[in-house]
Amino acid sequence: MAASAMAIRSRLRAATDHLVTALAILATILVIAPLAVIFGYLVYKGASSLNLNFFTKVPAPEGELGGGMANAIVGSGVLLALASLIGVPIGIGSGIYLAEFGRGTKLANAVRFTADVLNGVPSIVMGVTAYALIVAPHVSFLPFLGHFSAFSGGVALGIMMIPTVCRSTEEMLLMVPHAVREAALGLGVPNWRSTLSITVRTASPGIITGCMLAFARVAGETAPLLFTALGNQFWSTSLNEPIAALPLQIYIYANSPYDDQHRLAWAGALVLIVLIVLAVSLVRWVTSRGTLKGSS
Amino acid sequence: MGVSIEVQNLNAWYGANHTLQDINLNIPANHATALIGPSGCGKSTFVRCLNRMHETNPIARVTGSVKIGGRDIYEDAKPVEIRRRVGMVFQRPNPFPTMSIYDNVAAGLKLNGFRKRHELDEVVEKSLKNSALWDEVKDDLKKKSGASLSGGQQQRLCIARALAVDPEVLLMDEPASALDPVSTSKIEDLIFQLKSQYTIVIVTHNMQQAARVAEKTGFFLNGRMVEFDSTHKIFTNPSDKRTEDYITGRFG
Repeated sequence: MAASAMAIRSRLRAATDHLVTALAILATILVIAPLAVIFGYLVYKGASSLNLNFFTKVPAPEGELGGGMANAIVGSGVLLALASLIGVPIGIGSGIYLAEFGRGTKLANAVRFTADVLNGVPSIVMGVTAYALIVAPHVSFLPFLGHFSAFSGGVALGIMMIPTVCRSTEEMLLMVPHAVREAALGLGVPNWRSTLSITVRTASPGIITGCMLAFARVAGETAPLLFTALGNQFWSTSLNEPIAALPLQIYIYANSPYDDQHRLAWAGALVLIVLIVLAVSLVRWVTSRGTLKGSS
Repeated sequence: MGVSIEVQNLNAWYGANHTLQDINLNIPANHATALIGPSGCGKSTFVRCLNRMHETNPIARVTGSVKIGGRDIYEDAKPVEIRRRVGMVFQRPNPFPTMSIYDNVAAGLKLNGFRKRHELDEVVEKSLKNSALWDEVKDDLKKKSGASLSGGQQQRLCIARALAVDPEVLLMDEPASALDPVSTSKIEDLIFQLKSQYTIVIVTHNMQQAARVAEKTGFFLNGRMVEFDSTHKIFTNPSDKRTEDYITGRFG
């Protein structure tokens, strides 16, 4: 009697185990599926337009076929480099402040709140604000400002990166065990040095992930660029001129009446995603090269 | 060489909590001194007052005087400078997880700006030999992370790290309580060897350990030091009834 009750219970337990495992697998598939579908669809629609011209030519003049997105690829690179130059140091710096130096202070709470709100600000609002503050003609007496330019686009994207980088840096630093900080202080290492060389270094894989998330997010942004970088049908790498960007070019071509340009837009979207994956993988590879056996 | 420690009227607080009350004692140079007592009696706070780690907690406060080698560490001295002279080993092994074994040992020197490669190599080797870890790690110094070692090895790595900055005093806050018996006995052997060169203060819950490694033992209870005497006296013929109750296992 007791033996059979136990057998039933053990079978029930095994069934529950299978059920939960199946649910976890299902959830995983649901996460991966959209990515696979999007990527597959982009390849299906866009791969046929990928040729040497796409990577070497600027957009064809109105009414002509062909042309490429070389200027937009380079332009996106310039914009993202500038955005990272602005967003990563400020984001990491403010994250360090929140986690290490300002903990519990009013200023830190205000900064944290601001970062969270900034994170939720729609990108179009960010674009309009950037326009009003640095693109509109009233500031044209300052260098780089007062007109559409790559510089203003980079600033807008950079500001959008800050909250993500800042909050993820804070979270990652707070995960560094107190014992590790104590170990450094116990060796007579000054607090600032211990923070930079021990705490930040220990948290660096997570901080880098946060930076990559922010980078990948702004890489696909179109709205803030409409009011700042504007886009450009010609070659330009000048920070002082309007500059082309992949999302902008995709947006323009997707709205055009020509099938050829639709195909180019698909190809552009495919290239954008592949480039983001490549950039993220490259950073991961470079930063993980020094990793030691058994380090956590 | 080790130096003696004179503690006078030491009081410490965590917020409103008066965790150490009027502690007076003299810790002799080049000996191991054990501090025993039930959890929360203030012995960890006490050792943290000896290298000014106590004050890294924002709500902590200290009064009184601690003279190490004749110099009051609470007067005209910087905490970072004190902590270089007074090394510390913590309860849980806490190697720097992203650093190699070599960098862990060299951390104290490197982070304070010491850059001479050749001398660093020598210090690392000497410290690892002093902590009896050299033979186990000498082939992986720069290949393996400090976190990849076993718990007992990590604790010896932490001892080597503390020794590398050439302190005069070594504070050990329950250094073996997270370790298995084999690793524990290695740590105890180490304490035995090290006390010829350093003054060692060891906090322990394990009374056999105190009896094995220390010449002097202090018994703490409720933030006060009840008795401080030779280890032999404390464990065979204590003067205070509370000490006797504790070591015979009647409470705590």
